Amino acid sequence: MRFSGLRVLAEGLTGNRGWTPHWRDPAPKADYDMIIIGGGGHGLSTAYYLAREHGLTNIAVLEKGYLGSGNIGRNTTIVRANYFLPGNSEFYSHSLKLWEGLEADLNYNVMHSQRGLINLFHSDGQRDAFARRGNAMINQGDDAVLLDRDGVRKLLPYLDFDNTRFPIYGGLLHPRGGTARHDAVAWGYARGADRRGVDLIQNCEVTGIDIENGAVKGVQTTRGAIRATKVGIVVAGRSGQVAAMAGMRLPIESHVLQAFVTEGLKPVIDHVISFGMGHFYISQSDKGGLVFGGDLDFYASYASRGNLPMVEHVMEAGMTLMPMIGKARVLRSWGGIMDMTPDGSPIIDKTPIDGLYLNCGWCYGGFKAVPGSGFSFAHLMATDTHHAPAARFRLDRFRTGRGLMDEEGTGSQHNLH
Amino acid sequence: MRITCPICGERDRREFYYQGDAVALRRPDPDDTPEDWDAYLHLRDNPAGVTRDLWYHEMGCGAWLVVTRNTVTHEVLGAVLASDAARGAA
Repeated sequence: MRFSGLRVLAEGLTGNRGWTPHWRDPAPKADYDMIIIGGGGHGLSTAYYLAREHGLTNIAVLEKGYLGSGNIGRNTTIVRANYFLPGNSEFYSHSLKLWEGLEADLNYNVMHSQRGLINLFHSDGQRDAFARRGNAMINQGDDAVLLDRDGVRKLLPYLDFDNTRFPIYGGLLHPRGGTARHDAVAWGYARGADRRGVDLIQNCEVTGIDIENGAVKGVQTTRGAIRATKVGIVVAGRSGQVAAMAGMRLPIESHVLQAFVTEGLKPVIDHVISFGMGHFYISQSDKGGLVFGGDLDFYASYASRGNLPMVEHVMEAGMTLMPMIGKARVLRSWGGIMDMTPDGSPIIDKTPIDGLYLNCGWCYGGFKAVPGSGFSFAHLMATDTHHAPAARFRLDRFRTGRGLMDEEGTGSQHNLH
Repeated sequence: MRITCPICGERDRREFYYQGDAVALRRPDPDDTPEDWDAYLHLRDNPAGVTRDLWYHEMGCGAWLVVTRNTVTHEVLGAVLASDAARGAA
């Protein structure tokens, strides 16, 4: 079933009786060429690009819950390519280009909206740092505009520009940054992979990884054993548990990150605003809710919900930046489980076990990476060579100390990102 | 989330700084292998369930604590002074 304006019109006039399920619900076969563990954004995009770019379709995606039931449906939907360090810069640049063609590619409306992202600064030193970051983005071929105070005021007149602690000096505008409908990204990739023949198997939890003579042979699941000689682990916050099934320990600590949404309001915030000094960022969804979040709670957690001190902190930061937000009522809050690495950058790499591949460590920035991560991980699994834009996301960088990518500059150590 | 400091009693989580896994109490020797140091600095069991981690009572007595905690429920099961825990481990 192909989506088109004509089709929507025709269905609307005939009672919407012609729509069919977007993907099949197959039972697992006894063996596949490849298995992807994890049916979230990254796992589904990996399967899609394995099929589209490499013609590999004898693939199963194993999901312990339902498709897109993890962080792909729990994030704050921001898409951007405003990274600075070599390694990150080219990767996110590539990912953003994939975003820009994604809807046509998938024939699916992911509501990608390049409404512009603005990172605010509050001192001369910060202005210098953002000017440098902007130059790095331009050198990478992406876009950045350094706005002065009046430039920011023109776009965001409702901010508190004269806040005593954090007066607004200006902002770095990334015009191609924006948001997308997070669930639709999972659904679009799922539909695209399914249409190419990939089996998306839900309610199928992996309980063991079969390894013989240092090579992977398949997995044990709650729906029986499944054989495959290539297995990719793409399970975000649960990476530690799945890797343990293969006898591995990872440089990952799982933390909780909270997010919030208000009741639906008339359009008021046209951009994505990042207030780094307050650890606060906000945008408005197409339904009208203000979607915002802050920093990690900063303790290891698998709870998918946080505690009140960070709730209070985020609300205070919002009130500091834009006092008008005090009129809005928060509808709900939730938490996601973040796979945090010591340097804050991800891992897309082989493991010491033949045929076992690892994609994790996306910290609190995984959503925008979904297309690029799947593309590069598919390349690695299909060809056993690293895809150039993701070639620095190595697992061994922590042991050797070579190629650490500490984008925040806070140190390569757990609990600092 | 509230943590019972052995010195100060039950206090708000905000009084404490979270360091991370209590592996910090088992620092390798300088001559140990890079693998030992990697395990100490980076690799984590990262359990979903009961864990032991290191907290600093920053806005209280200044003691380092080993807190036993459940990462799934956020239940705090107990806390002992890190100095006692280190002696116990030795």
